[in-house]
Amino acid sequence: MSLESPLGKFLGHGSARRGTEHWWAQKLTAVALVPLTLWFVITLPGLDIRDLAAARAWIAEPINAIPLLLLVIAGLYHSLLGLQVVVEDYVHGALKVVTLLGLQLLHWALAVAAIYSVIVISVGAA
Amino acid sequence: MAEFQLPPNSRVRPGKHFPAPAGASNVRRFSIYRYDPDSSENPRLDTYEVDMDSCGPMVLDVLIKIKNEIDPTLTFRRSCREGICGSCAMNIAGGNTLACTQATADLQGDIKIYPLPHMPVVKDLVPDLTNFYAQYASIKPWLQTRTPAPPDQERLQSKEDQEKINTPSACILCACCSTSCPSYWWNSDRYLGPAALLAAYRWLVDSRDEATGERLDELEDPFRIYRCHTIMNCTNACPKDLNPAKAIAETKKMLAARSH
Repeated sequence: MSLESPLGKFLGHGSARRGTEHWWAQKLTAVALVPLTLWFVITLPGLDIRDLAAARAWIAEPINAIPLLLLVIAGLYHSLLGLQVVVEDYVHGALKVVTLLGLQLLHWALAVAAIYSVIVISVGAA
Repeated sequence: MAEFQLPPNSRVRPGKHFPAPAGASNVRRFSIYRYDPDSSENPRLDTYEVDMDSCGPMVLDVLIKIKNEIDPTLTFRRSCREGICGSCAMNIAGGNTLACTQATADLQGDIKIYPLPHMPVVKDLVPDLTNFYAQYASIKPWLQTRTPAPPDQERLQSKEDQEKINTPSACILCACCSTSCPSYWWNSDRYLGPAALLAAYRWLVDSRDEATGERLDELEDPFRIYRCHTIMNCTNACPKDLNPAKAIAETKKMLAARSH
């Protein structure tokens, strides 16, 4: 049983004085993903993805590599921000910390792997 | 984790049935959530058949008739019976609203009545609003100034400025909005909820208040305000036709504007 006052309990550790950057970044990446996703779904059918050499050549083109990098960065950043909110909503206690940690590491790993791949293919073709 | 299933001792079971009096022609059936904290029994759903020819038009009239004539153990809050005190907020036919302003004629079929969702239940239709009131207190719902009040008159406000607070200050704190919000269900220990955020907004846009910055500081938190994901159940539920969702969106815009 706690004798803490209801107000004291709700005030807790106080306001974190943050959250606006997260909200803004989520809106920013959402807006950026509109043209990037459209570009991707319109362009991709023109590419035979079973042909490795053609796919590498396609990625190596700066006109494709640059939007592809932007798509990877905006998409993964947006995904991290969104999933973080889902976890904060539904997961409580120690499991929340572990899940958030896992999410961050996974997104960083995916982002680095994707960016590295595009750059290596582009540089290799140059 | 958020709990999506009721714990075993909270599962609602079928309860007693109170048939309509003989000769009643205009009968409607009301299934009402019953929970008695003094017994160790699970909550139950009692069914009352009410003769609407001898009953007032609102759901609250039905509840009062049941308590007076059928089952005096039925417990609920009510006071003004005209939509200004906010006491009789409950979940009627799946939506949070005030029993006193909800006409039975506007509802179809059998009517289920539950307490406000996801709140601790004191008894029957009476929820424990302790945390809800603490949240309201936490936003400091009073005028904060540094400029001393003029010695010979009130703190003046233009007509346009007054109009900005007209609507948000019409909130009666019935808790229909907050208890309709899933974010509030899962995180009411840290999320202020639409009612308290609407109250906060009412003071943010008050031209006489000089604590806007401090108020925004206190709100700027991933949980206190940013648990709002704009699903707008709050605005949908509000029996006073207020718009907490818009107030929260405006507050988020104020927060974004001051950091860009």
